[in-house]
Amino acid sequence: MMTSFLFRALDARAGLFLIILLALTVAIPASNLLLPETSPLHVPTYAVTLMGKYLTYALLALSVDLVWGYCGILSLGHGAFFALGGYAMGMYLMRQIGSRGVYGDPLLPDFMVFLNWKELPWYWYGFDMFPFAAIMVLFVPGLLAFVFGWFAFRSRVTGVYLSIITQALTYALLLAFFRNDMGFGGNNGLTDFKDILGFDVQADSTRAGLFIASGLALALCFLLCRALTRSKLGKVLVAVRDAESRTRFLGYRVEHYKLFVWTISAMMAGIAGALYVPQVGIINPGEFSPANSIEVVIWVAVGGRGTLIGPVIGAVLVNFAKTWFTAALPDIWLFALGGLFLGVTLFLPKGIVGTVSQGWSALRQRSASAAYEAGSDEPPGSPDAPADVSHKRASSDASPQPAE
Amino acid sequence: MSRQTSLLYLDGVSVSFDGFKALNDLSLVIAEGEMRAIIGPNGAGKTTMMDVITGKTRPDTGEVYFNGVVDLTGEDEAAIAELGIGRKFQKPTVFESHTVWDNLELALKAPRGPFATLFHVISGGEKKRIEDLLELIRLGDKRNELAANLSHGQKQWLEIGMLLAQDPKLLLVDEPAAGMTDAETAETAELLKDIAQTHSVVVVEHDMTFVRSLGVKVTVLHEGSVLAEGSLDHVSADERVVEVYLGR
Repeated sequence: MMTSFLFRALDARAGLFLIILLALTVAIPASNLLLPETSPLHVPTYAVTLMGKYLTYALLALSVDLVWGYCGILSLGHGAFFALGGYAMGMYLMRQIGSRGVYGDPLLPDFMVFLNWKELPWYWYGFDMFPFAAIMVLFVPGLLAFVFGWFAFRSRVTGVYLSIITQALTYALLLAFFRNDMGFGGNNGLTDFKDILGFDVQADSTRAGLFIASGLALALCFLLCRALTRSKLGKVLVAVRDAESRTRFLGYRVEHYKLFVWTISAMMAGIAGALYVPQVGIINPGEFSPANSIEVVIWVAVGGRGTLIGPVIGAVLVNFAKTWFTAALPDIWLFALGGLFLGVTLFLPKGIVGTVSQGWSALRQRSASAAYEAGSDEPPGSPDAPADVSHKRASSDASPQPAE
Repeated sequence: MSRQTSLLYLDGVSVSFDGFKALNDLSLVIAEGEMRAIIGPNGAGKTTMMDVITGKTRPDTGEVYFNGVVDLTGEDEAAIAELGIGRKFQKPTVFESHTVWDNLELALKAPRGPFATLFHVISGGEKKRIEDLLELIRLGDKRNELAANLSHGQKQWLEIGMLLAQDPKLLLVDEPAAGMTDAETAETAELLKDIAQTHSVVVVEHDMTFVRSLGVKVTVLHEGSVLAEGSLDHVSADERVVEVYLGR
């Protein structure tokens, strides 16, 4: 059962994508650590970290594509799950600082000392242990998504209304995390990290390790999404996307399907956030900003929704462009992003990957139909009599059958 | 006929939308194995009646029972579909970005939960059943075609095939011949008659030739309640029916 589930995930295209991804995951850190700095193939550490960040964005885009591209749930609030995963990791990293903080308190993070807090809030317990933090990275976004989805999907909130509520969700969290009393560092968030699993977060080898972890997480989640979307469950999801009420009348409980995929997607976004935070060195409430979540949707749209490979490519391309633009032409970037979104919506509604594969299959279909025309004189779809229901294996010369 | 022996039992069902009475004290009984045609002018409440039976719309008053004992007013669409009521929509509604084969596979009677479908592997029996259905609805050579690329009539047939794949006890078929050519209409009538040998069927239709070719008991709806019931000849002779529907 499990093997066929995973086996289904792999075909030539997915295999090629994974090989490229894994090759880069190995090659980039290797060139950073093993090649001398003078070598033309040496990748500087800042670039490794930058690309590691892109990989976490790609994972976030993948999670949005799973719900949007395959189930038609346009989430404009996935940044919230990303940020929650990030905060869970940030809390672990804060606890690792120990007495090396500015105030030297062995238990309390600096901002709590600064706020005159005397003891650690209960919800910070356990975050000194990595396994606990790792579980929370999945559990907190997953729980929020489950509770949110339970109410939203059961009430049959769909389409643009759901999108607006997801925006409200992330905005509400933004406001909540800005408050100092929340105990998550308020405006400044969590930063000044020292160690992760005992390794210095600033060290080249740690950064390479985080890059590899991001690449592996993306590869695993890609495989998972691939297996999900190619199973019968995936077909039901697409059915929900295209004709929700028809799916209900076939006997599928649409809300259960949505809730399932929505929760998985939120957990994937949480993983992305958790890998993002140690690489950028900070997590603050700005990550909850509604604009961030909208930007993710743009990545997915540019790459091609409903393709799984598309969002990864879209996220990397758009963020590469962002890095370049904000350095070279900082004033232009937002216009370029807006223009990109308009351009893609107007001219490439299926995104880059969708358009390419559509062109490819159109070519194949044309040659197939040419072969069909050459080989058969029977026009497809000619109205003919139905075969009798009581003779299901009726011969092909079925003439109109009289009713009994 | 009493409620206990009926397959579908509607008694005194009323539904109003913003004061407009879509169904007004509608009572209708369908027996096990029966095929029934429902006719009526636009706005007579035919589609609303189907909505009530399939759980899309809750009646304001009245009783709706399936199999004599199951109260349908307390169930949602998915549960009602699982009970064995299949519905074909007026506008053919198939999953356009799925192939014909996948459309049938999705409709095929099987466990409907997310975890059941996640690990589902199609069995030989299921393949056989889909093959049979493909042959029945004459889309065998289109099995790998996307449903979006089918003609209107083919979509209607695919939807009927999906209905059969669910293996329901009762089929509700809303205007199956809409938008079909005369030849296709005649074939569809034959197909429905075949289906009616093993299932109970309720057909809503405007096309009188089509209803006549079915040769079954007819119920005429008007302004949300039953105006007349009987053979087509019987109801055609009814003056009120002529006035509201046939005469114009």
